[in-house]
Amino acid sequence: MFAGYLAAGWEVASIVAVVAGVVGFFTVVRGAAFAAHVLPNGAFAGAAGAVLVGASTLLGLGAFAVAGAVAIAVLRRRARSDVASALTVVLMLGLGDLFLSSTSQYASETFSLLFGEVLGVSTGEVLPTAAIGAACVLAVALLYRPLLLSSVAPDVAEARGIGAARMELAFLLVVALVTTMAVPVVGSLLVFSLLIGPPAAACSFAVRPPAAIALSCAIALVTVWASIACSYATNLPVGFFVGALGATAYALGRAPGAWHRRGPHAAARPAAGTGRVPAPAAR
Amino acid sequence: MLEVEEVSAAFGARAVLDRVSFSVAAGELCGLIGTNGAGKTTLMKVVLGLLPTGGGRVRVSGRVRTRSGADIGYVPQKIQLEPDAPIRVRDLVALGIDGHRLGVPLGSRRRRRAVDEMLDAVGVSRLANARVGTLSGGEQQRVMIAHALVARPSLLLLDEPLANLDMRAVDDVVALLARIAADQGVAVLLSAHDVNPLLPVMDRVVYLASGHAASGTTGQVIRADVLSRLYGHPIRVVQAEGRVLVLAGGPEPSGVAANGCGASGAGDC
Ligand SMILES: Nc1ncnc2c1ncn2[C@@H]1O[C@H](COP(=O)(O)OP(=O)(O)OP(=O)(O)O)[C@@H](O)[C@H]1O
Ligand SMILES: [Mg+2]
Repeated sequence: MFAGYLAAGWEVASIVAVVAGVVGFFTVVRGAAFAAHVLPNGAFAGAAGAVLVGASTLLGLGAFAVAGAVAIAVLRRRARSDVASALTVVLMLGLGDLFLSSTSQYASETFSLLFGEVLGVSTGEVLPTAAIGAACVLAVALLYRPLLLSSVAPDVAEARGIGAARMELAFLLVVALVTTMAVPVVGSLLVFSLLIGPPAAACSFAVRPPAAIALSCAIALVTVWASIACSYATNLPVGFFVGALGATAYALGRAPGAWHRRGPHAAARPAAGTGRVPAPAAR
Repeated sequence: MLEVEEVSAAFGARAVLDRVSFSVAAGELCGLIGTNGAGKTTLMKVVLGLLPTGGGRVRVSGRVRTRSGADIGYVPQKIQLEPDAPIRVRDLVALGIDGHRLGVPLGSRRRRRAVDEMLDAVGVSRLANARVGTLSGGEQQRVMIAHALVARPSLLLLDEPLANLDMRAVDDVVALLARIAADQGVAVLLSAHDVNPLLPVMDRVVYLASGHAASGTTGQVIRADVLSRLYGHPIRVVQAEGRVLVLAGGPEPSGVAANGCGASGAGDC
């Protein structure tokens, strides 16, 4: 299964896994799983629209992913984040329905955007995927500290000049970029699975952000490799295995996590007040 | 250090602050008191630049403040940290130093030592490597105080920092704040409902009532007549074992009506 024409599939899937591992860490820490569902799945409407007007599907995907990111970020100022994401996906899927019904050619191309064709990736797609993937990782590295603070303690971050709305938009644009990069090659279902499963599992194992990111990438890589191998062996779709393995990794992560919180940590609590500070000065 | 000049703020048609003025000098520890809904949190957010002012000016270190930035330490009233978040206590405190900067942090020895010192000062050294979201409310509050202090800001705003602390922790944190104000010349503004632990160290009190503010030295404000009028509830100020204590309830003190320094009037007592 390492034949030349399959090697491109492996390479692209590995790149997507690493990028999703990095970006997915913040998806999980920010509680933005729903937004990460909306962008890849809603952006496919853009591809359908592109088919309709005869433009490149990549352009349609990118335009819709970015528009979706902006829509969520704007709606977010007035509504809760889940409502903002839901409104956005409803709008995008509605448009997708419209585009698909307007075209006579029910494009198998559009179908493959949902579920992907990892093993059908051509060698020419490796370089663009790597370039956009590198841009995503670079963007996350640049935003790392403010994004982390804003994700964990938004009020405090806001008071330090790290606007929550700005961070939300910046992060969603990165997810939009991941979407544009990965959906044409691995499908939106697979992108979404990789953005959630491996990082969620990693976050229950690791307690340090860099460790969680590294672990998230490792789990994502193992997941896609195992999925492709299983798919090749059984002739079942890759997407099924990615979803199933991602969920399994998460379940494994939760088991020791639950034990960890009830177990040894409780003993590490100090008695109240161990600070060595002088007694209050008398006035 | 902090100068609030004629600041007003409103939510829609509801005016919360009406031409509030006071100042806190470097090295001063200033208490902010008032009933629930008096506008203490709102005032802090205006000072931070998180809420727009409906008039007036806020100066920090002499400069007019137009938007939020890194020079003010802030501990919000409600702290909600996700129990599952993969971030340790020391990671969060370290973000207090450089969380606003772009790029990935390079762990330096100096950064690590600053964090360790701060964790020790607020008494959570033993929790340094725990997930921050798994700490108790009071422990999280101390971590956030460490986060606010580690960057050595010139102004520190704490919104009810003593609310969730046990009695010993209250004394520890009050002592820490007093020391930081005195040693490093930091101006500290903190809101509180229980002023007793603050009385020995508080230089100045700002009190808010029906949108107006008045400020004075602790001796001027912590008086039975002033406080009873402010809260609309009988309050006594008593001496016990060499300390001044504020107690709620009991008989209405005699001087309430006679004294002109009331909560409704703006300006110093
Ligand atoms: N986001 C908001 N929208 C509308 N009104 C608000 C908002 N936040 C606060 N208020 C109103 O402003 C007033 C002041 O609120 P604030 O939170 O500043 O009070 P506080 O003095 O901090 O009270 P507490 O002691 O309960 O913390 C309240 O009456 C409240 O109803
Ligand atoms: Mg408040």
